[in-house]
Amino acid sequence: MGLDRLKTQLSALDPRLYQIASLSTLLLYGLIWLHFDISVIQIAVTLGTALLTQYAGTRFYNNLPAFDPKSPLISALSLCLLLRTDHLEVAALAAVVAIGSKFVIRWKDKHVFNPTNLALVVMIGSGLGWISPGQWGQVAWFGFLIACLGSLVVTRAARADVTLAFLSFYVGLLIARALWLGDPLTIPLHQIESGALLIFAFFMISDPKTTPDSRTGRIIYALFVTLAAIYVQFGLFRPNGPLWGLIACAPFVPLIDRLLPAVRYDWSRPTTGQPSAPVPLILSLHPQRRFS
Amino acid sequence: MKRIAVPLLTLFIGLCTWSGEASAFCGFYVGKADTKLFNKASEVAIARHDNKTVITMANDFKGDVKEFAMVVPVPTVLEKEQIHVGDPAVLKHLADYSAPRLVEYFDENPCRRYDMMQDRMGAMKSIAPAAAEAKRERDQVLGVTVEAQYLVGEYDILILSAKESAGLETWLTGNGYKIPSGASAVLHSYLKQNLKFFVAKVNLGEQTKLGLTHLRPLQIAFESPKFMLPIRLGTVNADGAQELFIYFLTKQGRVETLNYRTVRLPEAQEIPLYVKDKFGDFYRDLFTQQVKRESERGVFLEYAWDMNWCDPCAANPLSVEELRGLGVFWQDSFGSPQRGRSIPMAQNVFLTRLHVRYDAAHFPEDLMFQETSDRSNFQARYILRHPWTGTDECAAATTYRQQLRERYEKEAQTLATLTGWSIGEIRKQMNIASLPVGDEKKWYQRLWNN
Repeated sequence: MGLDRLKTQLSALDPRLYQIASLSTLLLYGLIWLHFDISVIQIAVTLGTALLTQYAGTRFYNNLPAFDPKSPLISALSLCLLLRTDHLEVAALAAVVAIGSKFVIRWKDKHVFNPTNLALVVMIGSGLGWISPGQWGQVAWFGFLIACLGSLVVTRAARADVTLAFLSFYVGLLIARALWLGDPLTIPLHQIESGALLIFAFFMISDPKTTPDSRTGRIIYALFVTLAAIYVQFGLFRPNGPLWGLIACAPFVPLIDRLLPAVRYDWSRPTTGQPSAPVPLILSLHPQRRFS
Repeated sequence: MKRIAVPLLTLFIGLCTWSGEASAFCGFYVGKADTKLFNKASEVAIARHDNKTVITMANDFKGDVKEFAMVVPVPTVLEKEQIHVGDPAVLKHLADYSAPRLVEYFDENPCRRYDMMQDRMGAMKSIAPAAAEAKRERDQVLGVTVEAQYLVGEYDILILSAKESAGLETWLTGNGYKIPSGASAVLHSYLKQNLKFFVAKVNLGEQTKLGLTHLRPLQIAFESPKFMLPIRLGTVNADGAQELFIYFLTKQGRVETLNYRTVRLPEAQEIPLYVKDKFGDFYRDLFTQQVKRESERGVFLEYAWDMNWCDPCAANPLSVEELRGLGVFWQDSFGSPQRGRSIPMAQNVFLTRLHVRYDAAHFPEDLMFQETSDRSNFQARYILRHPWTGTDECAAATTYRQQLRERYEKEAQTLATLTGWSIGEIRKQMNIASLPVGDEKKWYQRLWNN
């Protein structure tokens, strides 16, 4: 079947290529149709700085084999989609913080924070920039959701478990809250209608380099991130709960890895972390064997 | 039985029901600010810094004041000192200062160089509260606690808390408040979120004593991390969408909605001259068009500016005293109340004006806000460009006259796009057909000049 062959061929590609394609499409749509508050120059500065930082990092820290633009591009595109600022220097600084953190903040040969997440939290925490969680229209949101889900199916979604676990916990808790308050379900549905949430779930928390190596560990991790996010949102009444939740939980990943060790992730050989498990071609929804 | 008229906007105003006869038509005059352009509009000014919040609520309630009551969910139990009656003139000044504006420019003589410019603005919106009266209520029934009861200015204020929404509803009904059906679910939700209820009615005796004929804006000051406006009660029984204008006075920068799209209105567009006489219609239709474009889910930015200045000014910036009146507590009050444009008074105040048309279907959740560090200026400004009508003759004048028709056509199309008006009607109004066509050349004729 042609479709199967296509799927096989697509699966052979690095999943990050799909991510770059869908993020770029979303950015273009946002720029043209939704008039995102970002200039083309700011996009160029963010992408350029991110690539330069990555290049400098691979030169000066010899812990990476060669310069690879894919990861910094994903981080930079996510920054363009989320971070808003009036100053180009802030955009550049965000890119430096994001990519630079990968080389500087490390624990046992693994970086601790998701680059985009860290840069966003630093920028909004310092008041230099802001995130507009309401900037997405419904059309963009649905389109992007389908693109994200589609890429899970088509690519080797070896680490989709953390994304799905987080989304299930998060949406579940929002619905539970609505039921407890007696609110109509349109309210939680409205609350999840944010492109930022999708970027978070599919591009940040799912980052195989900064999540626990074992599947059990990742699901526990997703639960903690969700609880922290919900607390920030409904306990502290602050926006961007998931971002703060992830940054708060990231330092615990080494601990989780210690308690639940498994195989380290490698972009060229995506695995679930299970020592000899074959790479699932499409997202497998049946229960996985536990290991420790 | 008394009815509660819900002020339009109901911003915080929650629980009120909208009574038919209380609705008021708002006319509009270019250049004048004392009439309203939008029906059923409420206005809220929010001064906020470091969780400290002062909210000024005004509505254009017109009708028997006996019918007036306002129920607002508030995050904390308010002391008497936290409630205040504001000056409607200050809010009106704020509205005028930030109103969408019409600017006129006059083309210069293409043969000579001189320029002349004149600004003119149509301010829209103001508040014209009406008069009312009400009576004091007795206290609790059914688990409802009257936490506090104050007389502030012409208002009787009750702060209520309740264990459950059914009790609250019964209490309100029993005390003469007409609760819209469907409100109890919302009350229930707010109670679970530990909100208190602030109920205001007009004390007729006090109102007469004070010699007032209109309702002045109510102000409340409190400290809470919640930066939001509860609008859900206002949507429960509203017939059709409601208009809300929100003015934010902040220290850092522009305010935007977190859970809805905040959209800048189209601005700096050149539109046909005849719009001058119908700027109100123009702006209202433009707004409706934009609401449709955003699938009725957008919140619109009309103005974002540093309170220091304006350009052009629809009204002078507010003085330090006026800003204090609206709750700007972080501004030092020394310095005389200066007025006049372009007075650099380093006021650490940034104004954001949002305009939202909402109903329950498209705005299921209360409005949540955040203050950003964005200090870039924005204003909804529309431009009239008067053509030069002199009779001088020169090559430049000939070219100028030939281009006029093209320019008018462009203006007509802009107007049609912005407002949804029929292009044919616009052309007719502008009388484009009667303009000299000029010897319009095709691009290839101009290219080879033959």
